[in-house]
Amino acid sequence: MPRSVIETFPVTRLDILDAEGNADESLLPPLSREDTLRLYELLVLSRAFDGRALSLQREGRIGTYPSILGQEAAQVGSAFALEKSDWVFPSFRETGMHVAMGYPLDLLFRYWAGDERGLVTPEGLNILPVCVSVGTHIPHAVGAAMAARYRKDPIAVVAYFGDGATSKGDFHEGFNMAGVYRLPVVFICQNNQWAISVPRGLQTAAATIAQKAIAYGFEGVQVDGNDVFAVYDATRQALERARSGGGPTFIECFTYRISHHTTADDADRYRSVDEVEEWKKRDPIERLRRFLEKSGFWTIKYQRELEQRTRETIDQAVREAESAAPAERREIFLSVFEKRTPRQIREMKGVDDAGA
Amino acid sequence: MPVRNMVQAINLALREEMERDDRIVLLGEDVGKDGGVFRITEGLLEMFGEERIIDTPLAESGIVGAAVGMALYGLRPVAEIQFLGFIYPAFDQIFSHAARYRSRSRGRFSCPLVIRAPYGAGIKAPELHEESCEAFFCHMPGVKVVVPSGPYVAKGLLISALRDPDPVIFLEPTRLYRMIREDVPDGDHAVPLGQARIVREGNDVTVIAWGSMLERVVKSLEPYDAEIVDLLTLSPFDEETVLRSVAKTGRVVIVHEAPRTCGFGAELAATIAEEAILSLRGPVFRVAGPDVPVPLAKLVEHYLPDAARIRAAVEELLRY
Repeated sequence: MPRSVIETFPVTRLDILDAEGNADESLLPPLSREDTLRLYELLVLSRAFDGRALSLQREGRIGTYPSILGQEAAQVGSAFALEKSDWVFPSFRETGMHVAMGYPLDLLFRYWAGDERGLVTPEGLNILPVCVSVGTHIPHAVGAAMAARYRKDPIAVVAYFGDGATSKGDFHEGFNMAGVYRLPVVFICQNNQWAISVPRGLQTAAATIAQKAIAYGFEGVQVDGNDVFAVYDATRQALERARSGGGPTFIECFTYRISHHTTADDADRYRSVDEVEEWKKRDPIERLRRFLEKSGFWTIKYQRELEQRTRETIDQAVREAESAAPAERREIFLSVFEKRTPRQIREMKGVDDAGA
Repeated sequence: MPVRNMVQAINLALREEMERDDRIVLLGEDVGKDGGVFRITEGLLEMFGEERIIDTPLAESGIVGAAVGMALYGLRPVAEIQFLGFIYPAFDQIFSHAARYRSRSRGRFSCPLVIRAPYGAGIKAPELHEESCEAFFCHMPGVKVVVPSGPYVAKGLLISALRDPDPVIFLEPTRLYRMIREDVPDGDHAVPLGQARIVREGNDVTVIAWGSMLERVVKSLEPYDAEIVDLLTLSPFDEETVLRSVAKTGRVVIVHEAPRTCGFGAELAATIAEEAILSLRGPVFRVAGPDVPVPLAKLVEHYLPDAARIRAAVEELLRY
């Protein structure tokens, strides 16, 4: 009996827009001029939100905050392909997704300031609360996809997570079930190279994260995560596949966390400034700006107007967040169960009386 | 009224509720074709099809995690964990997510699911097949913990659990699955969650038990004038019924098979101390498993509370 190769598995990578803003015309996704400008504006708004959040944290006006700096294209590009009716399970570093899906920015500021009411997703959006426990929401996306299929709803489910999450058991269990049942789910990993201080090379010995999908029986693709066109196009195709019964897809967005893990972290302790500087040259927003300029869609005047508009949007969101009525102390009891237990009712009275 | 054992009663509750509510789906290891290793789900695949009776990969965290996702989406999943001792990988899903989605989202999302698991010792099974870790779940705000002690209440409590808007851990005493047969009606008979029942009225001592231990307590204490309280729901437990009985008898023995330290008896004893100490004529006694891992079959009877230990505790307390 000969020894034979019984399977080979290609791993593909998609690059459309390079760091200088040159696009491979043959691969450009079907986006109108308006769509492309909208993408650019969402990227700018995401970065502005992020910058403001970092400032507010330093001023003590919000709590610990995880920056998305450098990852805007991976988040905005993927979310731009989604429908409002799709279900989204984010991790805790998905501000760009929230911005692109139209999640109210004042709610986001409120959440990071420590107010759970910021996670009350408006009706009409199916964005789940941020998942702080790394990777544990992956099976939830799988279950939601099982439910959507059972209900025959023509939607897709998306889970976002980072490279660190791919080391967790729930990544394996969720991916495995998604493959077994061929579910309408798209997994989007932002491989930003660092899980706090642990580099990508210590998370897995695999050459790519994308290839992990192969073992579960579905396609994994790596895209340049700083290339908004590549991210958008890969997500668009994965969603089409999900909605047409083709099963799950795994997209590895190869990107970089320019900032610290959170405002409570100091990345200079464990990584080199040179590495960060190298990645800054691949900035996702600047490369789209260059593309727009080359295409004749971008002018200094447009940029100034956009920045002014963006600042006003952020100012307004911060004002609304900070002028929201403070939560009542009894609120901690109100949504643990649909109905309070007898003990909770007594405890709630104790809290009320203490405030009276 | 038809006489049924607990396996038949639970199967009937699932069948009737699934007919009534198309949001209910079952998932777990071997629940479909095999009908479950205890045959609890026997015949359901034929009745409801693969869409609603879902054989899963061997992945407890994935099973509960997927059930969480289904519940968030609007279904009413019932996840079976084959033995309670296999649930530990799913703890994170229960504690971090099932119990918290409603609170985390301030009511925007909720997680109405039931996790069923056989529990308890004395069935000559391998290691980790005989655990009784119910107290862990009682320390998780946001989940309810229900433990039936016989076929009638098993059916009625499961109906209530399946209709509850929040996550319920439903623990089935394996040793009693086929031991007790009693009248169990067809159709709608919900036993409400959060309410204990007085199994036998008495005056000298209140004995509190649940699930697998209830049968031993009842048999052991026939010669005594003991009031026997079957807790049925551990979280939230029925303080009112417990305290009323304690006020009447002034003496309390709590019997559970889980290890003594931080077992649910500790919560009961503390509550009784806080709320009813002036009614007490003696200390609150616990008859519990010792602080050791559950032994295998040869030694398990030295671990489980038995008639001698239960009677000894009652006798000693009656001397106060």
